[in-house]
Parts: sequence; structure tokens; C-alpha cells
Amino acid sequence: MYRYDEFDERLVRERVAQFASQVARRIDGSLTDAEFLPLRLKNGLYLQLHSYMLRIAVPYGTLHARQLRQLARIADEYDRGYGHFTTRTNLQFNWSKLKDVPTVLGLLADVEMHCIQTSGNCIRNVTADHFAGVAHDEIEDPRPIAELIRQWSTLHPEFEWLGRKFKIAVSGATHDRAVVKSHDLGVRIVRDPASGETGYEILVGGGLGRTPFAAKVLREFLPREDLLAYLEAVLRVYNLEGRRDNKFKARLKILVHELGIEALRALVEEEFAHIDKARVNADPQEQARIAAYFAPPAYEDLPEVSRKLEDAQIRDPELARFVEHNLFRHKKRGYTAVTISLKPIGGTPGDITSEQMRAVADLAEKYSFDELRVTHAQNLVLPNVKLDDVAEVYEALKAHDLATANIGRITDIISCPGLDYCSLATARSIPIAQVLSHHFADPEKQKQIGEVSIKISGCINACGHHHVGNIGILGLEKKGVESYQITVGGDPSENYALGELLGPGVPAEYVPEAVDKVVSVYLAERQQGETFIETYRRIGLAPFKAAFKEIADVAA
Amino acid sequence: MLLLDREGAKADLWTRVETLDISADKVIVPSALLQDALAARRPGQQIGVAIDNTERAAALEPYFGALALVVIAFPTGYNGRGFSIARQLRERGFSGLLRASGPLVSDQFPHALACGFDEIELPDASAERQPVEQWLAAAARISLNYQRGYNYGAVANILEQRRAARRAGAANV
Ligand code: HEM
Ligand code: SF4
Repeated sequence: MYRYDEFDERLVRERVAQFASQVARRIDGSLTDAEFLPLRLKNGLYLQLHSYMLRIAVPYGTLHARQLRQLARIADEYDRGYGHFTTRTNLQFNWSKLKDVPTVLGLLADVEMHCIQTSGNCIRNVTADHFAGVAHDEIEDPRPIAELIRQWSTLHPEFEWLGRKFKIAVSGATHDRAVVKSHDLGVRIVRDPASGETGYEILVGGGLGRTPFAAKVLREFLPREDLLAYLEAVLRVYNLEGRRDNKFKARLKILVHELGIEALRALVEEEFAHIDKARVNADPQEQARIAAYFAPPAYEDLPEVSRKLEDAQIRDPELARFVEHNLFRHKKRGYTAVTISLKPIGGTPGDITSEQMRAVADLAEKYSFDELRVTHAQNLVLPNVKLDDVAEVYEALKAHDLATANIGRITDIISCPGLDYCSLATARSIPIAQVLSHHFADPEKQKQIGEVSIKISGCINACGHHHVGNIGILGLEKKGVESYQITVGGDPSENYALGELLGPGVPAEYVPEAVDKVVSVYLAERQQGETFIETYRRIGLAPFKAAFKEIADVAA
Repeated sequence: MLLLDREGAKADLWTRVETLDISADKVIVPSALLQDALAARRPGQQIGVAIDNTERAAALEPYFGALALVVIAFPTGYNGRGFSIARQLRERGFSGLLRASGPLVSDQFPHALACGFDEIELPDASAERQPVEQWLAAAARISLNYQRGYNYGAVANILEQRRAARRAGAANV
């Protein structure tokens, strides 16, 4: 994992002092409320329905134990004893007090963390594949360039005042686990077939929200050394040409849509040609310096199969279920990546208590070379566990209500905070997630349904990624009552697709039945080995629509 | 209006005109009049141009040698287009004075300086709340940056520092 050097550390400390000064200048009237607002947002401080909310960056979803322990301490001393992991792998505290924020920022800086650019119209926290560095299907570990981009985008003087937020994701594997195509800019590490060299495919203009678009390829192959100069060109063109007349049309996706990808490419390439690359790019030695922090840990040579784990599974069917659902194939023989579900039946997706944080931190230290990941699906990962240790890890997780065996299953629901917290919400989303989770709680039923994703947003902004849920649920308000629109067929992976609407919105109490109908169509129609999304692609929307109509007619 | 640069407040020696009445020694004209103003320029007279942030650096490129000042308008503080225009002007070789004009906040002073601005022209309503000392303090508050090619004043570039440390390390072996 990356560790700060003296410069990284000093910059973060100075940023804390800068924020304290901004608060002081708001209080003494030097800054108006309108002037202070973007400054506080750039430091991750939102005003929600009941309180301030502080969003802490977890760059490319990577954490170590000491950091998670510090988050637990902040949760206990300055919040209400829990935090919430988001779809952008950040951590939110929902009950922050403005007067505490500078102290909390100082505590974060003590463990090399910050809230820089977790909100506001600037380049946001960069996200990555949560199995980066350990995935069996990886071309190259994307974390070194994610860290390079983190540094480059931090307090970028030219790009702190963009027309709208700008989100970047990186992936180094053939399978896309980072939802690259829903980002303003995606970087995919690819291998040039001719030279065998790795470089970058650059995609732009993805986004969810009220006008969802899939990102398009801007550059098929960018040589590694030119990454920063090219990013600078893209951001400059966006800053200059992106719309400023309407907040809802200010994202890069709208510019791509209105100009067309070819015209945008011409502008970017022209700007890129003007940039003095030697003046802007990082030295190869700097890239190597960062990459060295991500060298593989001291793995042992282990057999492919763990007899110990096989035997334990025979004794404990629940462990067997956990192994089946929550383990991911590791690059290194004898190791596995264990996903810790933050989706207990009936819980709030992504929530974690301070006591659970400490337990997970202990496990990371003891069993995973001190490493942790946050996933965009609002779960945690122990990326480096020996197969021999899985049963022990499982027992420890169980003791803290963290052993739910449902990764990728129907109860592994993504949900935004919705009307329980968010001032923009048009409907509740957490209670819908909780009801569905109870509804599909039976492990046998979940196993039978197999791999499927439900994603819920409490308004059109789509923080819960509902557009790319296999089953997407969007909470709206219709004549003073909450109404839920359901889509099917969304896919966040390399087979990216936006879900299609089943019909009119239904009241909250009909949502479980409606989802039941959708699932029944799949169960009735599926062929040998087909997942939900595969069946959907084969049979199309019509059968799902027909089944849904029965519910919609009753609800209407 | 308050005019300030890295040293503090300064007198504005420039006269803004909207017509070709360019009798003053230092005049700022709108971009539509730039060509005519340069043609009518007296020996020793300095011409500047004021542009909106919808105008582009490339349009000024033919005049770089003759232009002494470019003023870029910031319609609001949070519209940051002017930063990219400034950066482009510098990158394409403009070496005259660069002025940002509009209701910026002092926390944006380092951004403006890093992108190549020399001075800020601030409306009175902003200047009354944010005195010059706050601007000078803001410029010095963050002493480092990660972006190569955006150096100004005493701000140290982190990548350059690391490179220097590598060289020194290599020299010591
Ligand atoms: C609670 C306070 C929050 C507010 C006020 C808020 C606000 C917004 C807004 C206005 C958008 C639409 C932006 C646009 O389309 O330009 C958005 C999108 C988004 N937000 Fe949030 N959000 C909040 C919480 C969250 C949380 C908790 C998550 C993660 C669970 C999240 C993740 C996202 C994502 C992934 C998008 C989609 C962005 C896209 O279009 O690419 N946000 N948010
Ligand atoms: S989707 Fe809407 S309700 Fe949910 S967190 Fe985002 S802004 Fe709030």
C-alpha cells in the first residue's frame, strides 16, 4: 500500500489548516454563505436533512488497519458510533458537527487520510477495481496509476472550479469490476497487441443521474508516460467547452453527447499536441517509486487446495455457503480474497459500527497483510487471506455479525441513504432495501436465484446506481406519496447496459411482490447455468413487463 | 475595485474603454476593437484586451507580441474557465500581464497565480469583506503542489522535489 512521504503529509496538514481558516472566515463574515458552500463541499462537508455529513475519501478503496481503527475512533468520539460506505468507496459520517470538523480532519491526517475533493465541482476521489493487485484476471495492478492520478488531481489549480463534478475510475483487469463506463473518465489498462507493452484505453462521458450515458472510447491506446498530459488535455477541454448555463447539463457526458465523440477527440488531441509533455508528465522514476509501494506482500508457497478448509466445510455447511459466495479467486496459489458483507439481513447496506470496524482491522492485520478494500457495492474485502485461515476468519466475522454469505446474491443490495438522511431525496431507499432483504432472506432461495443485483436510489441522481442494477429501483414522489419505478437488465460490467423500465411506479408495499414477479420470470425461463442477466439478454424485456403488469394493475 | 498582486494592493494605471477613444498611455479595449486599437497605437502606448470566458486563447495568439495585458472576466467565483484560458495563454507563449477580473474568493488566489495570472481585480463588495491581507495569506497557505508546470512564487513542486532527492541520493552512492 502507498504510504505518504514528507510532502504528501505536509500538503494534507496544510489543507486542514486551510479548511479551519475557511470556517473562521465564514464565521467572521469574510465569506458569504454562497462563497463558503463550494469551499466546504470541496472538503466533503454536506448539509443533510438532520445534520452535517462528512465524506471521507478512501482513495481507490484501499485501507489499512490503523486507518480503519481511526475511523472507529472518530465514529465513537465525534459521531454516533457508525459510518456508511458508499458506492464511490468513500466513508460517510452522518452526524457531524461543524465545530468538530477541523479536529476530525486532523485525526484523519494522522493516519494519512483526508476529505479532499469528496464533493464539489472538481475531480473526485478516484476509484478502482476492489480486487486490484490480487485478481486472477488482471493485466496489471491499477493502484499505482490510481495513486498517481490521486496526487495529480489533488488541489489541481486549474481544475478546482469545473462546471460539475468529475469522476475517474481505473481498472487493470479483463472483467470490469469498477463500473468504468459510468464515469466521466475511465482508464483501462490494456496491452498493445503489436508491441506487448501495456498502456491505457481512455473512455469518457459516462454518468448516471437523470441522463445516464455509457462512456465512449476517446483514445484506444495511450502510452504510459503520457497519462498526466492527456488527462490535463481532457480536463482543459471540458473546463473550457462544458456547459455552464444549466447545472443538469454541465457534466462531461452532455458535452460528449452534444458534440459527438469524434469532435471531442479532435479538440482533445489538438490540446494534447500543444501541451509541453516533458513539463507535465511524471518521470518514469516517479511512476516506479509509487509502483514499488504496491509490490506483492511476502506470500508463502502453498498448495492449490486447502485440506483444512475442505474438512471444515464438510463439518459446517454455513461455512461452505460462505466459501461458495464470499471468496474470490486470487492470483497467488493457496490464497483468496474474502469479501465481508455489509448487508446483513434487514440491515442498512454499507453501514458499519465502530466495534465492527475494529474487528475487521484486527482481521486485516492478522490474516491479510494489513490490507483492506472497500467495494463500490458497499462491502469490504480482506484481499490476501490464506485458504487455510478462511475458517478462522469466518468464525471471527460471525462473532461480529459480519459473516453474511450473500456476495453477488439478491440480498447484496446497493442502496443510497435516501429520505432517511438526504435532503435531495424524493423517497426512502434504505427501508426498501431492508424489506427486500427480509423477503429474500432464506439462504436456499438465494442460492436457487443465484447471481443478481438489486440497486436502489432515493431520487433521480442515482447515487445507488439503479440504472445499472440487474433489477433497479428508483424512488420518486407521485402526488405526495412515494412511488418506485423498477427497471431490469442493467449491467455495470464490461457488458455495460442501462436497465429498461417495466412500467409505471408502484407504492412501497408492492415492491417486494413486483421483484418476486421479475425473479419468477427468470426462474421459469432460465436455461442450464444461466444467470439472471443472461436470461434477460436472451428473452428480452417483454416477459418481465407482462409479469410486472399484473402488479402494476393491482397497485394502480 | 481593488487591484492586487502577490505583493499586495496596487494602483490601477490602466484605463478601460468601450470605444476607440484610446488617448491614455495604457488602455484596455474589448476584443472586438483589438485589431483597430493596435493599428492606431502611438509609440510607447500600451494596449490591453478584456475578454469574456467564452473567448479563446487561440484567437489572441496573433497579437501576443503587441499585447501588454489580457484581462479575463470571471462572471462568478465558481466558474473556473478563466483558469484554463490563462494556462493556455501562457503555454502558447503570452508573456505580458494577465489579470483576472471578477468576484473571486481569496482561496482562489493560489489557483490564479499557478495558472499564470499576475493580478486580480476585485469588485468592491468582495474587497470589503476580504481585505488584501487575506489574499496574501491565502497565497502562502499551501506551500506545495503536485502539478508540474504550475509553479509560482515559493510554492514547491512535489514531483520536482522527489526528482531532486533521487538525484542527490544517486550522487551520494
Ligand atoms: C447524502 C448526500 C448526497 C447528496 C446530496 C448527493 C448528491 C448527488 C447528486 C446531486 C448527484 C447527481 C450528479 C450529477 O448527475 O451530476 C449524485 C450522483 C451520484 N452520487 Fe451522490 N449524493 C449523496 C450521497 C451519495 C452516496 C451516499 C453515494 C453512494 C452510496 C453517492 C454516490 C453517487 C454516485 C455513484 C452518483 C452517480 C454519479 C454519476 O452520475 O456518475 N452519493 N449525488
Ligand atoms: S440518489 Fe438522491 S436520495 Fe439517494 S443519496 Fe443521491 S441525492 Fe440522495
